Amino acid sequence: MKLLPPALVGIFLLAAWETLVRAADLPPYLLPGPIAIAHALIADWTSLSASLLVTLRVTFLALAAAIIGGGGLAILFAQSRWIERSLFPYAVILQVTPIVAISPLILIYVRDTTLALLICAWIVAFFPVLSNTTIGLRSADHGLVDLMRLYGAGRWQTLWRLRLPAAMPYFLAGLRIAGGLSLIGAVVAEFTAGTATAGSGLAYRILESGYRLDIPRMYAALALLSLTGILIYAALGLVSWLLLRHWHESALPTDR
Amino acid sequence: MVRLERIGKTFANGTVALDGLDMALRPGEFVSLLGPSGCGKSTALRLLAGLSEPSTGTVRWSGAPARLGFVFQEPTLMPWRTVLGNVRLPLQLIRAPGADPAARAAIARVGLAGFERSYPRQLSGGMKMRVSIARALATAPDLLLLDEPFAALDEITRLRLNDDLLALWAAARLTIAFVTHSVFESVYLSTRILVMTGRPGRIAADIPIDAPHPRDEAFRTSPAYNAHCRQVSAALKAAMA
Repeated sequence: MKLLPPALVGIFLLAAWETLVRAADLPPYLLPGPIAIAHALIADWTSLSASLLVTLRVTFLALAAAIIGGGGLAILFAQSRWIERSLFPYAVILQVTPIVAISPLILIYVRDTTLALLICAWIVAFFPVLSNTTIGLRSADHGLVDLMRLYGAGRWQTLWRLRLPAAMPYFLAGLRIAGGLSLIGAVVAEFTAGTATAGSGLAYRILESGYRLDIPRMYAALALLSLTGILIYAALGLVSWLLLRHWHESALPTDR
Repeated sequence: MVRLERIGKTFANGTVALDGLDMALRPGEFVSLLGPSGCGKSTALRLLAGLSEPSTGTVRWSGAPARLGFVFQEPTLMPWRTVLGNVRLPLQLIRAPGADPAARAAIARVGLAGFERSYPRQLSGGMKMRVSIARALATAPDLLLLDEPFAALDEITRLRLNDDLLALWAAARLTIAFVTHSVFESVYLSTRILVMTGRPGRIAADIPIDAPHPRDEAFRTSPAYNAHCRQVSAALKAAMA
């Protein structure tokens, strides 16, 4: 029932698009209709799906690295204000420097293309995990912090039993952002790597189709990217719901 | 049991919360700390719990420091743990053997048997406070510290919990230090009331309430109760002047 309104909007937009293309008799190299794009998707499925797997591999590796790197750094930051003050500005610098500007450098210095792509995607994806988890670890209830002290809990017990569970909703919100960003990071890095490398992710397919003026295929690769992004977001949303459904307001039904 | 001697407490921001506070708790007592808000009652309780260090003066325990239970103003439960998980927490932290049966027994003592697997959000305010009390009782403390635990509850729930707290106190031979700003609550519960002055806090009056326990509705409506309330009210008024 919740899916019906957005599905209707989607169907309406696609129908309008197809109608426009047909009515104005637009050639496919200017604007292909959804049906032509679907045809391209099916016809080129072999090469497109292979490319999708390449991009997905980088995306998921980058996301895993973002969880480990961002989460690990956040735990380190939670140990002392001094560590946080010393290192956080550099995390911000990594975040605000546009990835397109540094990815050529990374591709020069790092020989292994997959590793280079991974680094680029990681730089984009780790910051939301880091900043959200850092806030989450700090936002544990002060009464509960007192309670832990009352029973002589050490730093690690407090982290394990109180701070990590309290940070979970924040971490998961950061993870949902990072999921989309690691896909974007992977694609942007592939664009920079371009045709010069053996890497043949979806971005490479888009570039290739552009050179050949195969616009329906370009749209097909683009559609595949968007769908992948939506699926990643939905999957992480599901993970979040599964972990929080018993206790966190965000995962509880609103009508009581 | 424990004695606070010439205690002073000044916070980092310069606020003098306590100055020259002297008080003692004897085993088996039910002592209420009564005073206007901001008079340092909670600070005194935190000093007893070792959650805060006095700036001057000493906290002197006769013998080893007592095993403590602490009930906060809010239920302060972990929303991700069930009732059982919350009550079991202190036992896990002190690595007590047999945490599970001890926690279940504590839950039963506050009348929540059957709710072990519920999450805090599924409980009413009064039930959450009961879980909080069960958690404080789980480690079988000698001294139970309560910081305005019932202030946020409705009248009916508060009266019920007052009676239940008295029953627990009598059954377990606990010593209780109870912070409140309600004259009526303190007279109903306590064997002794310490009236505090505000800013900086110290003890202005030490009033024994010698009515026998167990106390019930009959005591609450008796002339003796009324007289005690009048006496404590007058002491509080004098302390605030």
